[in-house]
Amino acid sequence: MEKVLLKGNEIIGEAAIRSGCKLFFGYPITPSTEVIEYLSANLPSQGGTVLQAEDEIGAINMCYGAACTGNRVLTASSSPGISLKQEGISYAAAVELPMVLVNVNRCGPGLGGLGPAQSDYFQSTKGGGHGDYRLIVLAPSKAQELYDYTMEAFDLADRYRNPVMVHTDGFLGQTMEPVVLKDRPEAPEVDQSWVVNGCKGREKRILASYSLTNEVGEENNLHWEKKYKEIEEKEQRWESFHTEDAEYLLVSFGTTGRICKSTVLNARKKGIKLGLIRPITLWPFPVKGIRPLVDQLKGIVTVELNTGQMIEDVKLAAECKVPIHLYRRQGGMLPTEDEILAYLEDIFQPDGSGEVHE
Amino acid sequence: MKKVFERTKGLSDAHFTFCPGCTHGTIMRLIAEVMEELNIIEDTIGVSPVGCAGFCQDFFTCDFVGAAHGRAQAVATGIKRSLPDKMVFTYQGDGDIAAIGTQHAIHSAARGERITSIMVNNAIYGMTGGQMAPTTLEGMKTTTSPFGRDPVSAGMPMDFPKIIANIPGAVYVASVSVDSPKNINKAKKAIKKAFQVQQAGLGFALVSILSTCPTNWGMSPVDSLDWLRENMLPIYELGVLKEIEEVKNL
Ligand SMILES: Cc1ncc(C[n+]2csc(CCOP(=O)(O)OP(=O)(O)O)c2C)c(N)n1
Ligand code: SF4
Ligand SMILES: [Mg+2]
Repeated sequence: MEKVLLKGNEIIGEAAIRSGCKLFFGYPITPSTEVIEYLSANLPSQGGTVLQAEDEIGAINMCYGAACTGNRVLTASSSPGISLKQEGISYAAAVELPMVLVNVNRCGPGLGGLGPAQSDYFQSTKGGGHGDYRLIVLAPSKAQELYDYTMEAFDLADRYRNPVMVHTDGFLGQTMEPVVLKDRPEAPEVDQSWVVNGCKGREKRILASYSLTNEVGEENNLHWEKKYKEIEEKEQRWESFHTEDAEYLLVSFGTTGRICKSTVLNARKKGIKLGLIRPITLWPFPVKGIRPLVDQLKGIVTVELNTGQMIEDVKLAAECKVPIHLYRRQGGMLPTEDEILAYLEDIFQPDGSGEVHE
Repeated sequence: MKKVFERTKGLSDAHFTFCPGCTHGTIMRLIAEVMEELNIIEDTIGVSPVGCAGFCQDFFTCDFVGAAHGRAQAVATGIKRSLPDKMVFTYQGDGDIAAIGTQHAIHSAARGERITSIMVNNAIYGMTGGQMAPTTLEGMKTTTSPFGRDPVSAGMPMDFPKIIANIPGAVYVASVSVDSPKNINKAKKAIKKAFQVQQAGLGFALVSILSTCPTNWGMSPVDSLDWLRENMLPIYELGVLKEIEEVKNL
């Protein structure tokens, strides 16, 4: 298997090509621009199309059109650009179009800064556009996962006929790391009996989301709801790290999820029974990863790069049976493993009676 | 009995839901006839907008995709880039293409996108009950210009096809009307040409069509046609606004 050294954003591009992505529509914005640059250089020679749109609204609507034809399509942007795409994402969710969206988060609000942030958690997981829809949201924490999850995103999008977002940040996007370019087993055959490609030999099809009859509207909502419930049931994903005997738990995703692993190891050296749940799917949120631990836990700290967004989902998952606190950095700052541990020690005063791992 | 006339295969037998005397129906029939004559119904994907124009998706017999308000040309771009051998057209109101969707109109022309766009200019926002459009005439009363469009605050009406005609990638731009049999025939010729331009892969084509909205203009169907002739024709110059050599030779 090929091993390469690439920037995080380039890895996303390579994963898309190897997933059979045929079209990319986007508009440059730091820190996501290497995705469109990499694909501009490498997708056309593979028979694909890259188009730099007039803006992100154009780009997402081009994705919408291309997705209607059943071809795999990708767009990538960063926070302000993702805001502009929200209208189109809502329409794509309504028409149930498979497509992959990458948000290389930067900090906000407003134009914000370029440093790593998780300030778009609410926007990604709670339906950033109008209407009651859900995106499947995957959160990689290192280069290999940028590759693996991007590939997975295309399959999930096809399987559920739903837009899927890869939620990453400028730290991951800009860092160079070695990645194994794993081959992917052939994508499973998906039902394409809905695509629009000219009505030769069949009834005409309409892909649209307009319903002026309330009864029909409710039927549509119930249909989407059923799909979202199925996804919640089947697709919750997380990584458990030293949780078996944990008395304290960190919950953190993406870049901070990775940092928290070091915090856990440092805590264990001090005899503190600390574990980590790193959500891989931000939606559906991995309730199943957290709830079974609740009875053994004395406290939870969520570590986030925002004012505390995911903590709401953690509280719901833990049914508020455990004290839950937030440790956060903002504006592009990253926490160190030590400051996270210091916070946890300060708040919970753990007794350090566990086995000491050196 | 010998059949001397039948509905074009480009239209389904669904009943038009437009108000009596609305010329949206006339325009849709012309497009449908052109698709039948060029034998492209099964190879065509239409993109519908939001507006009264949007109902077209139920009437044409080709595949259709419904776009968000103003986004039809971006959606059409995505379809065409994905399926370059298919015919792709947008059917849009004046508000859709010349207000909220302006950036897509200008840039699909600039890219020379191989799509055909039909703009239906009724100088008003029909579907939402008669608000001012970029094409609303000076002094014209609408629900959001109740004292008449005032150029000082609302500007002058925009002759959108003329703007598009200035863009190099737009290879065919025509401005037509459906107020009379003679003009209807000219409109059909222009629509046909705009589809042939796409078949030949020459670039972006736009046909702007002057149309009535008796309901929101507050007039009878016949008076609406008179009003269009008296008020819109002097402002929106009819004719082929742009045609590159290769298009002339089609
Ligand atoms: C984002 C958004 N803004 C506003 C609307 C409301 N809206 C629907 S149709 C329309 C105007 C349609 O006018 P036009 O494009 O001229 O079409 P017509 O109805 O006249 O054929 C507006 C403002 C909408 N659907 N979406
Ligand atoms: S409101 Fe106007 S544009 Fe809409 S169908 Fe009625 S007459 Fe036609
Ligand atoms: Mg109008």
